[in-house]
Amino acid sequence: MDIIITGLLLGGTYALIAFGLNMQYGVARIMNLANGEFLVLGALAAFWIFLADAISPILTMLIVAPLAFFGNWVIYKVLLRPLVRRAKNQGQLEVDSILATFGMSFALVGIMVSIHGEYFTYSYLAEPFEIVGETFALNRIVAFCFAVLIGGALWLWLYFTRPGMAMRAVSVSTEASGLVGINVPRMSALAFALGGAVTTMGGTLISTFITLDASVGVIFTMKALIIIIMGGVGDIRGAIVAAVILGLVETTVARLIDPGLTLAAAYAIFVLVLLFRPQGLFGRRPT
Amino acid sequence: MLKTVFKAVAIAASASLLAFSAQAADVIKIGQVAPKSGPLAGGAAVTQWPNVELWSKQVNAAGGLNVGGKKMMVEIIEYDDKTNPGEHIKAAQRLAEVDKVDFIIAPYGTGFNLAAAPIYAKYGYPQIGVSAISDKMPELTARYDNLFFTLGNTTSFTESVVEILSDMRAAGTIGNRVAMVNVADAFGIELAEAARPRMKEAGFEIVYDKSYPLGTPDLSPIIKGAKDSNPDAFVAWSYPPDTFGLTEQAIIQDLDVKMYYTAVATCFPAFKGKFGSKVEGVFGAGGVNQDSARIQEYFKAHQEITGKAADGWASANTYVSLEILGQAIEGAGTLDRKVVTQYIKDNTFDTIMGPISFEGQISNKFWTVGQWQDGKFRGVKSSQMDGAAPIVVKDGWN
Repeated sequence: MDIIITGLLLGGTYALIAFGLNMQYGVARIMNLANGEFLVLGALAAFWIFLADAISPILTMLIVAPLAFFGNWVIYKVLLRPLVRRAKNQGQLEVDSILATFGMSFALVGIMVSIHGEYFTYSYLAEPFEIVGETFALNRIVAFCFAVLIGGALWLWLYFTRPGMAMRAVSVSTEASGLVGINVPRMSALAFALGGAVTTMGGTLISTFITLDASVGVIFTMKALIIIIMGGVGDIRGAIVAAVILGLVETTVARLIDPGLTLAAAYAIFVLVLLFRPQGLFGRRPT
Repeated sequence: MLKTVFKAVAIAASASLLAFSAQAADVIKIGQVAPKSGPLAGGAAVTQWPNVELWSKQVNAAGGLNVGGKKMMVEIIEYDDKTNPGEHIKAAQRLAEVDKVDFIIAPYGTGFNLAAAPIYAKYGYPQIGVSAISDKMPELTARYDNLFFTLGNTTSFTESVVEILSDMRAAGTIGNRVAMVNVADAFGIELAEAARPRMKEAGFEIVYDKSYPLGTPDLSPIIKGAKDSNPDAFVAWSYPPDTFGLTEQAIIQDLDVKMYYTAVATCFPAFKGKFGSKVEGVFGAGGVNQDSARIQEYFKAHQEITGKAADGWASANTYVSLEILGQAIEGAGTLDRKVVTQYIKDNTFDTIMGPISFEGQISNKFWTVGQWQDGKFRGVKSSQMDGAAPIVVKDGWN
């Protein structure tokens, strides 16, 4: 029981890391290597505002989300849209966007180092919370609840609203959805901005229980990449399932076998998925 | 296109030549390559960079260094090694070949001090290593006669921890059961391997002995596992992010041991900033003599000039290494690196940590274990340092 709850909590954390990139890569077709940096940016904001004014990171998250949405919208419009327009095919766009966002990640790290080069560490809701006789960290539970909320909201929006359906259509095929009258550039920008906002929100939540620093973003980008490839690119359900599987497996291995083997176990699962379902758990087979 | 590039290069080159000839006369150029980004940047931002700033500003405020009767200002040239040894070597070469610096300040991190030693030796720069802890020091100093070590070795760090365990057991505070974890990284593995036989020899039973990968996002399974093993003492050979993470989980899970030790970054001001009064009684690597007037003066200057607090360990050692470099340049009265290196070997230096001299290029005066007591991180075990505070017994997480 203890292992399942701890694993679920970790899975929630992983889902927070992966939601944003899933939107950006799955719908907007931008392989955003600066995704982790946006997450760290959210963490930095939470840390900074907490130290200055003891303002709750949850509140910070609500302030940061629209800012991140707007910032990512501008980035997409100004920096990435020209790449999309120029790209003759999906492969070229991927290469271009990887290079562009890779460069952006360095710029973001530089900015964050100049703001605060040390560790972003503070204490928020670092209190014990009991579930069926076992103790868990309250901040992780809060983050998990938000992961559920964010994931649930995204799912509802994607599957039960018109713009959501349009977005799923774009993720299936940009050409076909353009033909049926969907404004693809607009939808892509929206997906990119929304993805950025969700990633930044994840960062503010994660900063309450993981000590981050300005350069740690790339680790989160990699984790997010693994999760969305495991789950199936562009599918929110896949990201959630993959995140929870990773969380459960890592926790089980850490508790029952050896904490030293968590990474190995995570990659073993990843390799298995790639071997037997290369399109990801919920991915569509390329036609 | 090509033409403009050439033009730009030519202009840049002539500009730097001009700058060089104008400055070369009365400035000592000192290079520093250390992480500003990458995994070690967070630690370097606490321990390394502020001291470089503090020392150079203080030296220049005093009119510079007296080199053979001529006052010379110091100019620091900084490069970011991105916590990447390859980048470090490139930047070090640039310092030597392009910037033609007179001296260098030793790198940050054990691996970097070892990786860069050949290149600094090649150019003959005295390398007064601080943030480097290894048992290979005698071998290395035998190979590189410009390399110095000041922060101690693995053996003394683990021995001090076992000494504390033994002292506490003798006093009846703890029993024999020790839970030990380490980060699966060169540093953590070396310390855990050094500690294991020593603990057993001293009659301790290691009831939980696990490692975890660097960057593990959830450390609660480790603390739960340690707690289930019902230990009297908890020892973690940890790095900064996990020092914070393990302690947070230990508080949440109420890992109530009388002896709790985490290694690197326990002495950071941010550790107390995060955990507040709960740090009372926590042991960590390092230490400093908080009662020394010169250390207090140094802490004050550090806060005033850099705007941040020094840590309770290697901050002072880093500053000391710069004091040694400055005094050696003045004492030797020349910028000749060979003469300065020899001067470091032959003399005793008056520093904020007291007189320091080198034996086989290694200084044996350093702190090994400190403890948070009344909100201050005090040295409790050391090699040849005065002013060790008596140990207090930790009483829960309050």
